[in-house]
Amino acid sequence: MTASRWLLLVLSLVVAAILAIAIGTINVPISAIGDALRGDQSTPALVVRSLRIPRVILATLVGAGLGMSGAALQGTMRNPLAEPYLLGVSGGAAVGAVLATVVGLSFAFVPIAAFLGAIVAVIAAFFVARVAGSRGDARVLLMAGVVVGAFANAAIMVLLANAEPNVVRNALWWMMGSVADATWPQIEVLFGYVVVGGTALALLGRRVDVLALGEDAAAGLGLDVDRSIRDVFILSSLVAAATVAAAGLIGFVGLVVPHIARGFGARRHRTLIVASGIIGATLVVMADLLGRVLRPPAELPLGAVTALVGVPFFLAKLRHLR
Amino acid sequence: MIRFDDVVVRYPRASTDALNGVSLSASSGSLTAVVGPNGSGKSTLVRALIGRVRLTRGVVRVDDRDASTVDRAELARDVAVVTQREELAFPVSVNEYVQLGRFPHLGIWRAAGTNDRHAIEEAIEAAGVRELRDRPIDALSGGEWQRVRLARALAQGGRALVLDEPTTFLDVGHEMAVFELLSRVARNGLAVLLVSHQLNLVARFADRIVLIHRGVVAAEGSPDDVMRAEILERVYEWPLVVTRDPAVGAPALVPLRSR
Repeated sequence: MTASRWLLLVLSLVVAAILAIAIGTINVPISAIGDALRGDQSTPALVVRSLRIPRVILATLVGAGLGMSGAALQGTMRNPLAEPYLLGVSGGAAVGAVLATVVGLSFAFVPIAAFLGAIVAVIAAFFVARVAGSRGDARVLLMAGVVVGAFANAAIMVLLANAEPNVVRNALWWMMGSVADATWPQIEVLFGYVVVGGTALALLGRRVDVLALGEDAAAGLGLDVDRSIRDVFILSSLVAAATVAAAGLIGFVGLVVPHIARGFGARRHRTLIVASGIIGATLVVMADLLGRVLRPPAELPLGAVTALVGVPFFLAKLRHLR
Repeated sequence: MIRFDDVVVRYPRASTDALNGVSLSASSGSLTAVVGPNGSGKSTLVRALIGRVRLTRGVVRVDDRDASTVDRAELARDVAVVTQREELAFPVSVNEYVQLGRFPHLGIWRAAGTNDRHAIEEAIEAAGVRELRDRPIDALSGGEWQRVRLARALAQGGRALVLDEPTTFLDVGHEMAVFELLSRVARNGLAVLLVSHQLNLVARFADRIVLIHRGVVAAEGSPDDVMRAEILERVYEWPLVVTRDPAVGAPALVPLRSR
C-alpha cells in the first residue's frame, strides 16, 4: 500500500472522529474540542469531554479491534466469510449477557458475563474441533464455531422465552450494540486488549501470509501450522470478546472491513491487519455518528448502522476484489 | 541429503498403511524421481517430510538429522517443498508470493536484507518469471503458476528441493522447461526429489527412479532398471510396451489398448 493511501485512511479516521465529536443532539463548535482538552468548564467543553470524546474513543477501539481480528482470521482460515463472531464469540457473549440480565445481576456485571461467555464459547469450539479429530484444521474450527454459535442462539431463545418484557428489551438492546455509555475505565481495559492484541496480530501477519497458502505449503515453509492457527484464534477471540464486552454486538465490521482494506491495495497481512484496524475504527465512528443524527433525539442501534454504512462501501470496493 | 528409513504411515481411520516400510534417499547433485500409480503413497512421502502426517514407524532424515526433531524453520532453510495442492484464498502479486520463500529466514521479526533480495532475484531469473512479477497470482495461467511456485521454492535457498507433481496442467513446452530447470538445479549441487506421473520425462531426466506401489517400493534404480514392461505392467495394471525414445535413447513407455 502506498504512503498516500495510508495518509488517506488516517485522515478519514481523524475527520470522522472530529465530526463525531462536534455533531450530535447538541452541536458544538470544533473550537470546543480544544477547549475541552485544555480543561475548560463551559457546557460545550463539558459535553465534549465527558460524553463525546469517550464515546468516539470507544467506537474507535471497538472498530479497530473487530477489523484487525477479522483480517487475521480471514487469512488464517483462508475464508473470505470468516470473522470473529463466527467463532462463537458473539453467541457466547450474548448468552453470558442475557444470562446476567435474566438472573437480575446488576448492569455492571453484563460486560464481565459477556466476556466470560465469549471465552467459554471459543474454548467449546476448540473442544468440538478436537473431538472431531482435527489438531489444527482451520475449516473444522470454523464449523465448530458455527455450531457453538447455533447452540448459543438456541440457549438465548430458551432463556428469553419466559423472561419479563423489560428483560427481553434490555437483552435485545445489548445485542444491538452501543457505545453510548462509554466510561473511561471501560476504555482503559479495551485499550489494553486492542493495542496489545492488535500489535501481536500484526506481528503474526507474516505467519498469516504463509498460512494463507494452505496448511501443507505453510508447513513446507517451516511454519508450526497448528500452533500458529491456535495463536491467531486465541488473540482474535480475546480482542473481539473485549469489544463485545464493552459495546455489545456490532455485526458486519469484522467481516467487511478486511475486504475494504484489500480494495485499498493491502495484501500482505501485516499491512492488511493494520489497515483493517484504521478502517474498522472509521466505520464504527461514522456509524455511531449516523445513528445519532438520523432520527434525533432517538438513537439507532449501532450494530444495524454499521451494516447500513458498510454495505455501500463494500459494494463500491467489490469490483476491485475481482 | 534426504533419506526415508523404513517409513510407515497410516492415516487415522484407514484400514491399510499409506506407506508400509519405505526406504529411499535423494542425494545432493542428483535428480531422484518418485513415480507410481494414483494413491500409491507418493504425496504421503512429501507430507511425512514436512511433518504433516505422524510416522507410525521409521524416520525421515535430512543430513542425518531426524526431521521430526529439527526446528521446522531450520528444516525449511535446508529443504524447500512445492506441495501438490496450493490455492491462495486471497491473491497477492507474483513478487509478494516469491518473497514468501524467504519466510524461513526472516520469521516474524527480521526485515529483508541484501541476501534475501539477492535470493529472490536469482530465483525469479532461474524460473523465468521476471516478466510476470507484478501480475496478481489469480491472473496467471496454469503453466505460469507452476513456474512461480518453483521460483518461490528456489527463493527459499536450501540445499534440497522436493516437488509433488510440479508439471500438472503444463503443456509440452512448459513441462520440458520445468524438467530442464530441475535437472540444471540438480547439476548445480542441490538434491532434487521429484514426485511425478510423467514417466517418459522422468526416464529422460532423472538420475534415479523409485517406483512406489501400494505403500512399498516396487522397484528402484536407474531409468533402465525401473522402466521395464513387466514391472510397469504389474504396478499400473495396464498393458504396455517399453521402447526407446528416438531422440535421446531413454526408455519410453507406450500404453496399449486394453483389448
